[in-house]
Amino acid sequence: MKVFIDPPNSLILFDLVERFGHEPLGTMAPIQERIDKTEVDMPPMNVSLDDVVKGLKYAGVEVPSGIRGRLALWGPLIEAADAALIMEDPPFNFGCVGCERSNEMAKYLIRRRGIPALTVRYPDDKEEAVMTVGRIKEFLEGLK
Amino acid sequence: MIKIAQLSCGSEYSSVQYEIEKAARSVGAKMVYPDVSYADVNNAVKRFGFNPRSPQLKLMIARAVQLADEKYDADAVFISTCFRCAEAALVRNELRRFIQDNTRLPVVTYSFTERLKAAQLLTRMEALVTIVSRKDLLARERQTGLTVGIDSGSSTTKALIMENNKIIGKDWTPSGDVVQTATTVLENALKEAGVEFKQIEAMGVTGYGRFTLGKHFNAKLVQEELTVNSKGAVWLADRQRGEATILDIGGMDNKAITVRDGVPDNFTMGGICAGASGRFLEMTSKRLKIEIDELGKLADKGNWRNAKMNSYCSVFGIQDLVTTLSEGKTFEDVAAAACHSVAEQVYEQQLQEIDIRRPVIQVGGTSLISGLVTAVGEVIGEKPIVPPNSQYIGAVGGALLSSGFL
Repeated sequence: MKVFIDPPNSLILFDLVERFGHEPLGTMAPIQERIDKTEVDMPPMNVSLDDVVKGLKYAGVEVPSGIRGRLALWGPLIEAADAALIMEDPPFNFGCVGCERSNEMAKYLIRRRGIPALTVRYPDDKEEAVMTVGRIKEFLEGLK
Repeated sequence: MIKIAQLSCGSEYSSVQYEIEKAARSVGAKMVYPDVSYADVNNAVKRFGFNPRSPQLKLMIARAVQLADEKYDADAVFISTCFRCAEAALVRNELRRFIQDNTRLPVVTYSFTERLKAAQLLTRMEALVTIVSRKDLLARERQTGLTVGIDSGSSTTKALIMENNKIIGKDWTPSGDVVQTATTVLENALKEAGVEFKQIEAMGVTGYGRFTLGKHFNAKLVQEELTVNSKGAVWLADRQRGEATILDIGGMDNKAITVRDGVPDNFTMGGICAGASGRFLEMTSKRLKIEIDELGKLADKGNWRNAKMNSYCSVFGIQDLVTTLSEGKTFEDVAAAACHSVAEQVYEQQLQEIDIRRPVIQVGGTSLISGLVTAVGEVIGEKPIVPPNSQYIGAVGGALLSSGFL
């Protein structure tokens, strides 16, 4: 199954989803796809004006461009996802895309789709970390 | 190469990062990004005292602290965030203040939309580069020799001749063909000064047409209007030393510049909508069927409180005007309301982006509209200084600075 991860660029969540036999949907793939487009010269990530305009599907024109640009990357992934795995309150070196409003909107879009979703809190210590991974494992193994 | 430190949020997701870098490159500068570690970010946010929810704003703060602590070497600072983001707007302004309090680096702030193009940033980037690379020239307080300055603005073109720190000839006309209009005002200014073009020792050009004119006249100084106008304003107002704020409400864009000893250290240059520009007053005077210079005098006799004009947009502003006139309000009250509306919008949209330093020197063609000066005074709580020849700031600055090449 396709599992959207949030934060969408978390390598740890990406790895966990893959280990337990699913296809992780993260921000790396759409960014890679854009970077590979040599005809678009919009470094660093080749997020183009077209992308930001496509972001209007998820948020109105009064919403800052940076949010619409981010949603243009994640929105299609959330739409394609069969399930989602959300880590709440992670430190930003766990995975982060910089904008809290965008993060909130991504979580809302997941909830609005009504797909199976597991929300876990970032663990404070090793013991909690083991329990958290256990919950994630159980959730992912339970997906059919 | 001049290094401009970029403190920003959202630019890489807004399709504008390339445009920012392109603008810097085109004026011989490069954008740089102060290095920070994970630990730096948390410590910096704690020290700064504002803990935003968005991590990229935390990163901006950490980068600013690196600059303040001189752990990262840069010549100027560009602070930019997404237009309409409240959290980012708060951080952007407070960081600008933090940089000014803790460094001597020139700083400019900008809020972008996805439509940002490098050309919109060119003058701002050029000004940052000028402030860094032409420090000695900008420190110049006296004009020497026989020089001319030409200011090719969006609405009017001005030429002014100076000799040994005195104005000896000047002329202005509405802008048309860049070279032709400049040639006309130059010839008239030379005639008034009683000198011939071949006697001129140096020329300085500024304004929108500066590159064309610089090439055509082989000018010694081709420089953006932010730094040139600042020099012209402090020279005209005799405020070369100390601090001041220069306010230039132009026909197309407005400039608010804070200066220390005549050199800008922070500026905003806006043009979000024509409702906050001299163009709106031009439209108002046309609708009232009066000359624009009469508008100011009329406004001085009126009371803006009697006429409702508070639209952000020039088109809806004119709609307000039509409604107000149809209600039988006097021309005086309507003129006062139009001036107040522009002053209020400049205050709300631009003066919030800088810390006003007294005195405020109001310059540019619109400073001749007395009602607007009164309205600006009411809004900021102190009547601005309007120096003589205030519409010639760019030309004075050009003549003054170009004498530095003699």
